[in-house]
Amino acid sequence: MVDEQTLPPIAEIIATLPGVTQVVLQRDELVVFADRDSIAALCTALRDHEALKFEQLMELCGVDWPERAQRFEIVYCLLSVTLNQRVRISIHTDEATPVPSVHGVWPVATWWEREAYDLFGVVFAGQPDMRRILTDYGFEGHPLRKDFPLTGYVEVRYDYERHQVVYEPVKLTQDFRNFDFISPWEAMTTLPGDEKAKRS
Amino acid sequence: MSLDHDNHAPVADVPVDSIIGAPTDDAPVKTTKTVQIESHSINFGPQHPAAHGVLRLILEMDGEVVERADPHIGLLHRGTEKLIEYKSYIQATPYFDRLDYVSPMSQEHPFVLATETLLGVKVPDRASWIRTLFSEITRVLNHLLNVTTYALDVGAITPALWGFEEREVLMEFHEAVSGARLHANYFRVGGVAKDMPAGLEDRIAAWADKFPKFIDDLETLLTENRIWKQRTVDVGAITAEDALAWGFSGPCLRASGVAWDLRKSQPYEKYTELDFKIPVGRNGDCYDRYLIRIAEMRESVSMIKQCLAKMKPGPVKLDDHKITPPKRQEMKRSMEALIHHFKLYTEGFHVPAGSTYTVVETPKGEFGVYLVSDGTNRPYRCKIRATGFAHLQAADFMCKRHMLADVAAIVGSLDVVFGEIDR
Repeated sequence: MVDEQTLPPIAEIIATLPGVTQVVLQRDELVVFADRDSIAALCTALRDHEALKFEQLMELCGVDWPERAQRFEIVYCLLSVTLNQRVRISIHTDEATPVPSVHGVWPVATWWEREAYDLFGVVFAGQPDMRRILTDYGFEGHPLRKDFPLTGYVEVRYDYERHQVVYEPVKLTQDFRNFDFISPWEAMTTLPGDEKAKRS
Repeated sequence: MSLDHDNHAPVADVPVDSIIGAPTDDAPVKTTKTVQIESHSINFGPQHPAAHGVLRLILEMDGEVVERADPHIGLLHRGTEKLIEYKSYIQATPYFDRLDYVSPMSQEHPFVLATETLLGVKVPDRASWIRTLFSEITRVLNHLLNVTTYALDVGAITPALWGFEEREVLMEFHEAVSGARLHANYFRVGGVAKDMPAGLEDRIAAWADKFPKFIDDLETLLTENRIWKQRTVDVGAITAEDALAWGFSGPCLRASGVAWDLRKSQPYEKYTELDFKIPVGRNGDCYDRYLIRIAEMRESVSMIKQCLAKMKPGPVKLDDHKITPPKRQEMKRSMEALIHHFKLYTEGFHVPAGSTYTVVETPKGEFGVYLVSDGTNRPYRCKIRATGFAHLQAADFMCKRHMLADVAAIVGSLDVVFGEIDR
């Protein structure tokens, strides 16, 4: 998966930028692992460097890994239209630590950061507009966290007696069915008793 | 529309001449008169016909000039990304049709490409051609809707009446291959759902021959139309630098003079084998965005013809029945095929752990999927990079100091569809 041999030339330049810990090539996509606190400086450098020119932030999103100490991964997908190259930056944070905002580097980051805040609860330091964006007004919780149930906690309906929309706890007529497909056979390359057959 | 009179503006000095209906005598009257301009906010949408769905735009007005536009989105948020995390890869593709329901097949495309990247498989030639063909048909489908409803927003009704008739023909092509006019679920991991029915290639070719005439007719209604130009030329102009900083892509970026198209610069499927041009604008205003879309429709028709000429019969999906379903007749006789079918439609296939950001040039611009797999049969995370999300965010920047009526033109020219923005 990781092939260090065929790193493109820009990888060496990126490796010297502030906060970069590792540059790898995954499936022909350049991925940069970086420190959380220097992300804004790194992004500015990536945008302004003559050989990089990443003028566009195409994507900013969170990924939740609840079993890790730094449970949230924030991924930035950058694009240079002048030099036709892409790079992906990956940083990590936990529930309490804010991530420096990059809205000063690319104004488009504001809504992506609002979305990451809304869906994961990651706070971006320096972002002046930290409102929710996709969920309902007055919504509680961060729905894309892995510990948030798919069905949510509240549902809405129109109450004819009160003539208004009311929020109620979710009532399921049938329990949510989560099928477990982690098969013991899938990873089993040798069946019990077959060890000797393979060895010869 | 509801008016909010909470914040009154201070009294402003306005010269008499600029007040509509003020007496304009020959004698140069240079006195200034004090009038009070009311600053108020207007709730544009979410049930406004020009809101393209469920956009709620809070406009802070200074008289009839927009001071600030604050789009409130999420009224159509259905939690697509969360739902996909609980579905197998096969079950996830139909969700993509429901994102941008105006160009359904183009939305499925990045997801199946991302899954194929993670699986490390390559689809057969014919499947690739069919995908290219339907990507372009979908592009015409999308641009027809956008151009005509955009015209409707600024007051021209006829283009919409003509355009929807023509869209119906294209949706019949969708129906012929997938059985559904809108929610096709036709692009599948490992190929396409099934081969095109007999005779469809001829029908598409016949349509492609007469469609340029329709574009000519459509242009007679708009391109040189005085009212249309008054409403769109120099309205909502955005420079190339700003467009890049605001994450623009697709026709909106090209209208600002950036010659960038993923089909040329980062080609996928069969675009390297097609001969096509990328129309680029100069002014980045609403009128240029319209012209780009008209020019792209012409290019798409030429690409559709090339696809039809270059397509050859052959398999339309991988022969690996761990990923694609076996043939129906095989299942009647082969036990293995039956097991494959059962396992595929219950458990699905397991995708090796890894992540990819895969993009395609959809009619609206760059549409990407950031797919993270943990090695199971369900995506661990599937982030959808909605094109319109970035475009709509720039609405505040573009609407500033424009008249209220221009807001409808600007939002229309950005080609926003709330299925994809709200996800």
